[in-house]
Amino acid sequence: MLAYILRRLITIPFLLLGVASVSFLLSQMTKGDPLAALVPERMMSNPEVVAAVKAEWGLDQPLPVRYVVYLGKLVQGDLGTSFTTRRPVATDIAERLPATLELVVAAMIIGTVMGLALGLLSARFRGSVIDSVARIFALIGSSLPIFWSGLILLYLLSVRISLVPGTGRLPPRVDPPPHTTGFYTVDALIAGDVGLFVQALTHLALPAFVLGWAVTGVITRLVRSSLIEGLSMDYARTARAKGAAERRVLVGHALPNAMIPLLTILGFTFAYLITGAVLTEAIFAWPGIGSYAVRAAASLDYPAIGGVTIVGSIAFLLANLLTDIAYAWANPRIKVH
Amino acid sequence: MTDASQPAAQIAPRRTPGPIARTMRRLPLTAKIGAAILLMWLITVVTVQLWPLADPLQMVGRRLQPPSMDHWLGTDALGRDVFSRTLHGAVWSIPIAIVVVACAVAIGSFLGAISGFFGGWWDTIIMRLVDVTVAFPPILLAMAVAAMLGPGLANASIAMVIVWWPIYARLMRAQVLEVREREHVEAAVAGGAPPLRVLRVHVLPLCWTPTLINATMDFGQVVLLAASLSFIGLGATPPSPEWGSMISEGATRFYNWWIAFGPGMAILTVVLATSFLGDGLRDLFDRRSQ
Repeated sequence: MLAYILRRLITIPFLLLGVASVSFLLSQMTKGDPLAALVPERMMSNPEVVAAVKAEWGLDQPLPVRYVVYLGKLVQGDLGTSFTTRRPVATDIAERLPATLELVVAAMIIGTVMGLALGLLSARFRGSVIDSVARIFALIGSSLPIFWSGLILLYLLSVRISLVPGTGRLPPRVDPPPHTTGFYTVDALIAGDVGLFVQALTHLALPAFVLGWAVTGVITRLVRSSLIEGLSMDYARTARAKGAAERRVLVGHALPNAMIPLLTILGFTFAYLITGAVLTEAIFAWPGIGSYAVRAAASLDYPAIGGVTIVGSIAFLLANLLTDIAYAWANPRIKVH
Repeated sequence: MTDASQPAAQIAPRRTPGPIARTMRRLPLTAKIGAAILLMWLITVVTVQLWPLADPLQMVGRRLQPPSMDHWLGTDALGRDVFSRTLHGAVWSIPIAIVVVACAVAIGSFLGAISGFFGGWWDTIIMRLVDVTVAFPPILLAMAVAAMLGPGLANASIAMVIVWWPIYARLMRAQVLEVREREHVEAAVAGGAPPLRVLRVHVLPLCWTPTLINATMDFGQVVLLAASLSFIGLGATPPSPEWGSMISEGATRFYNWWIAFGPGMAILTVVLATSFLGDGLRDLFDRRSQ
């Protein structure tokens, strides 16, 4: 078990090096002048500044040297300076990351709860109308263009019936709670401000639902098939023979066994969530790294895109690592190679 | 020759259905519906120019009209007919998805087959390349590549191929590794067939099923990602009626919901249809998934 985790850990730095190398190569392929990314426009006419920046970043050096310089900066957490915000990309990302995490965690909870509920329903009533409705609802979620469902639901629920507030994390001109975790909902509770908590929660609800719905499909399908498989196993037959009701067999016996395959796809679900978060944030004006990346991409802000890509990849690798560890822990029979 | 075939046709008037027809017959209803929807979109792509539709690029009515009998899905900010633009959008989105999936399958399968069949260094290099590529969250890699290459549909397509090939490399490698160990391959190798011939004649023909099923499933996802890239301004550029960029136009005119409605429904039908068809095909052919 420990050896397995260590072996997985060892691959991480190599993958990160690969990710960094690809990001570096991509940034070298750009047609734009890299200086423009590093020097503020009004400083461009100052040859001393230009020369200093060139020397600092090794722009007067050959490609391999630049690569080493780039890696050196990266290790120190320096991702360059954004074109558009004129601030260090790392600072921008650090400031915006909690908003994205809050959205993704909320969506993950909604997606898992809905997926489990729908999976249970469709396994319990398989072959019936309930089964079909649950599966189609889940399937539509993973087939919808999230930037469209977000738009339509926002129009219906916010503009037409005012069930939820509009875009953003809080109403305009409302100050965020004091920063502790960066999650507005949690921070508002810590500050003891219930009104603010409700406002943050209602702003979070719709984007998190839209994003959660997108992962519900994968989870529902998996839960349903694991449950149906579980219901045909010997342990289920034994439970039935001992007089357990079908519902008890399902929830008490099949469901715990369905949790292991569920663990294995959480990493995969995370990929969906990142993709979805980028687009959801764009629709809901959510001030996270997704909307940052979209704005950067639209304005061809290469350092910012590169920075988000690297941070996103680290998060992605960590999620996959945690999934593998959780899986190995939950199912010790896993073959460790 | 014509004379000879004529009576033969009369003797055996009932033709045996081809493999495609036989497959179609065995598919569940949902998969048949999916196939029908996809076929309708394909027909639309080929024939939409001939339909009596409003010009998708010209102002044909008043601006921002809600749906009516004249304009079934209303008009956009430039007075263009949204229904016509949605159908014309298929001409962009669907061929691009076909090309992207075809390229990803070709590149991925080629590298995966080499990796699985020859092993050794080839395997190590190709699979590490796969590992690094899949270490990126797909949309971020696509955004980074598309942004670096510059906006435009061609560059967005290249970005999507880069995102998708590793899946097919892994699939093909796994298949080749399995088939390579079968007896008929051993026999061919013992018979002195050169390695490339063994791979091409004895191994590859048995390896395509998972790839083709996966390609069907991925088709809808590629349509989705292409629209996403266009939505954030990295794919099709205005005024082309591409679904993602149409939704992007709709997003800036929030109260005129109909601008985004048509293209969104179009994407939804394509993605749902490929899921239905792909699921049906997988249940039929992929024994391991059952």
